[in-house]
Amino acid sequence: MTHPSTPTADGEALAFYVAEDAHAEGSTMLGFWIYLMSDCLIFAVLFATFGVLGRNYAAGPSAAELFELPTVALNTAMLLLSSITFGFAMLAMEKEKLRTTLVWMAITGLFGMAFVGLELNEFAHLIHDGATPQRSAFLSSFFTLVGTHGLHVSVGLIWIVTLMVQLGLYGLNPANKRRLMCLSMFWHFLDVVWIGVFSFVYLVSVLQ
Amino acid sequence: MFSNLDLQKLVFGRLTLEAIPYHEPILLITFAMVAIGGGALLGVITYYKAWAYLWTDWFTSVDHKKIGIMYVVLAIVMLVRGFSDALLMRAQQAISFGDNQGYLPPHHYDQVFTAHGVIMIFFMAMPFVTGLMNFVVPLQIGARDVAFPFLNNFSFWMTVGGAITIMLSLFVGEFARTGWLAYPPLSEGTFSPGVGVDYYIWALQIAGIGTTLSGINLIATIVKMRAPGMTMMKMPIFVWTSLCTNVLIVAAFPILTAVLVLLSLDRYVGTHFFSNDLGGNPMMYINLIWIWGHPEVYILILPAFGIFSEVTSTFSGKRLFGYASMVYATVVITILSYLVWLHHFFTMGSGASVNSFFGITTMIISIPTGAKIFNWLFTMYRGRIRYELPMMWTVAFIITFVIGGMTGVMLAVPPADFMLHNGLFLIAHFHNVIIGGVVFGLMAGVSYWFPKAFGFRLNEFWGHMSFWFWVVGFYFAFMPLYVLGFMGVTRRLSHFDDPSLQIWFVIAAFGALLIAVGIASFIIQIVVSFRNREALADLTGDPWHGRTLEWSTASPPPDYNFAFTPMVHDLDTWADMKKRGYVRPLEGYKPIHMPKNTGAGAILSAFATIFGFAMIWYIWWLAALALFAILVTAIGHTFNYRRDFYIPAEEVVATEGRRSQLLAEHA
Repeated sequence: MTHPSTPTADGEALAFYVAEDAHAEGSTMLGFWIYLMSDCLIFAVLFATFGVLGRNYAAGPSAAELFELPTVALNTAMLLLSSITFGFAMLAMEKEKLRTTLVWMAITGLFGMAFVGLELNEFAHLIHDGATPQRSAFLSSFFTLVGTHGLHVSVGLIWIVTLMVQLGLYGLNPANKRRLMCLSMFWHFLDVVWIGVFSFVYLVSVLQ
Repeated sequence: MFSNLDLQKLVFGRLTLEAIPYHEPILLITFAMVAIGGGALLGVITYYKAWAYLWTDWFTSVDHKKIGIMYVVLAIVMLVRGFSDALLMRAQQAISFGDNQGYLPPHHYDQVFTAHGVIMIFFMAMPFVTGLMNFVVPLQIGARDVAFPFLNNFSFWMTVGGAITIMLSLFVGEFARTGWLAYPPLSEGTFSPGVGVDYYIWALQIAGIGTTLSGINLIATIVKMRAPGMTMMKMPIFVWTSLCTNVLIVAAFPILTAVLVLLSLDRYVGTHFFSNDLGGNPMMYINLIWIWGHPEVYILILPAFGIFSEVTSTFSGKRLFGYASMVYATVVITILSYLVWLHHFFTMGSGASVNSFFGITTMIISIPTGAKIFNWLFTMYRGRIRYELPMMWTVAFIITFVIGGMTGVMLAVPPADFMLHNGLFLIAHFHNVIIGGVVFGLMAGVSYWFPKAFGFRLNEFWGHMSFWFWVVGFYFAFMPLYVLGFMGVTRRLSHFDDPSLQIWFVIAAFGALLIAVGIASFIIQIVVSFRNREALADLTGDPWHGRTLEWSTASPPPDYNFAFTPMVHDLDTWADMKKRGYVRPLEGYKPIHMPKNTGAGAILSAFATIFGFAMIWYIWWLAALALFAILVTAIGHTFNYRRDFYIPAEEVVATEGRRSQLLAEHA
């Protein structure tokens, strides 16, 4: 062990308390990180479900027949770009530039909305063609996995708007900076999950 | 064109007067009792004008100690409910032979055993464990609160919301008849079209959010807020087991959340995850729910192991034997608990190699667990043992749990499991480990930390009554089930043809009655102790000659726990401080930074409960409204930036001065 249990010789006075108020730093970041990991497990379950049920077409349409990769590529581009723009917002925050932060957040939000819009459009097309979540276990798991991700992005959009209002009201104070850091982690996390969705759900399914 | 019926559906969903079970005498009597009891309670609170006090001092409190106590109160209330279910089942099985059909019709009996399991695990054991961790962990690590005090309050109220939802199912509609894990395809809409499974889903989802968040909270607390000097290997064992438990919570509960979402989609939207047709796979559900379910039993038992470790070392008057091996054993159990889930359904038919793998991993868990048992025994060996109540529970645990553990290893052998699967042997086994391990642990924990929480000890006579009736009652209630299990009797039966089995069920029912006396004695014990609180008062803050930091502060601890943050030099910090002649500081107090109370948690949980209720009954407008209210309240809460305040130094001086006076009187 690195810490010997009796650091002083007998008789020497030992401090048993600290006089100044000790404060833990960074609990929020750690807590939020753990939350993200728990959210990641929800996605893990949905991925596993897609992995098990994703070929159960039940004589319905298969992935290769349904997915249009160009649309998905556009969609992916929107989300990846939004990650970059959020990165710029964070850089502006580091430099204490409130206006620039807000502008980049707004751009991020627009990209996010474009992503959600494209996804809803894709869903509408599928449902219109009869490929509904009720059609087969493959479609159930597809809609649930992609839809859960889309729901997360939508919540992220509400969060962006809320935080922009709060930044406008109270500026870049420590609380707001902490919230920006959390939102940033959340947003990038969704990006990482989407890369998984894009690769395992769209690409691999179409290849087979 | 709207007919009358459509309008009613629009407003009330599928909720009709028929949903109130006024034609079931048992439920009517229960309802009357709950109404009278609840009415009396509300009346008393109103009479003493205690609402404002309860709201400002307790319900909105972000103090981890108060939240911990509220969790335990919830757990005890739900213990009474869950145990009533147990008595109903034991009585039914004791009389329902041959021509006698008993008094519970099958559809009611099925709800009773489902509710019993769900309540005991989710609303008795979980809140109990969470409550003790909440109360004890910050005190043991020398912190003033948890990392996220508001989140803690919110988590508690979400657990309450889930409990309210499940209690509602008793009087409005019905509960699930599927067994406590709601296996599909039975729990699918096709086979369980009623509201029972929906009650199950929403009660668990609402409470599950609370559990996950409290897990995150306690991990952050333990990792970030330990007193200076307390390295990981100087943490009390209870903190270690709490850490592992909360890691398990965060790593397991999201799986439950996700799998219940999938089941809800099947039921509400008509997807095909677990259906028999169109590509669904019910075994997917059973795998996923046990990937949560197996870690869950370790979530319950690890804190109990922590309690036994603290108790053994305190009441043997020496340091815990093999601290490091205890830590490693705990961590190993944490990891292994994820590698055994398939032993719950060896009969799935996954083949010899898969079953062997899971059988072996299951058996391996008994190695670290055995190491723990030996550590406790060696701690007692040549210790100066004081047989106070917590220690008595610990000894009863060691004996009982070893039996339960060995029957567990028997079940881990796949060929044996094929014979015992879904039989009463299994029921006997898991009650043996959950009662003998978790419940005995919680009882030890309550009697150990009660003086710390309330400032007076528990009455010994009623404690002994509770102990002996519980322990003897346990053996009478569950040993016959082992025998019946070997005879091939399966679980969840409400009627038997073979009269030769009856005697065993009668013995088991007798055992349940003994346990009832044990529970009653426990409640009497609390009442009697409260009335004699002057005589039983703990003035020193250290009634047991404790070894860890919670005993270094007053009983009950002040709001800020410690006037000065302690500095840790050794394991068993408080014992070390006493040995080295620590002198309590009497001056130099500073204002203390504390979180502010807030009602947001209770309000959010109320909306979540309404949302759940509306979803259960298909009252879509109400569900939408409640969801909107949740969103608005949550966002509104984030606009509150002033969440802390300072306890002025004068107040600290006054509080600590009172303590000095008490200590002086005592000395």
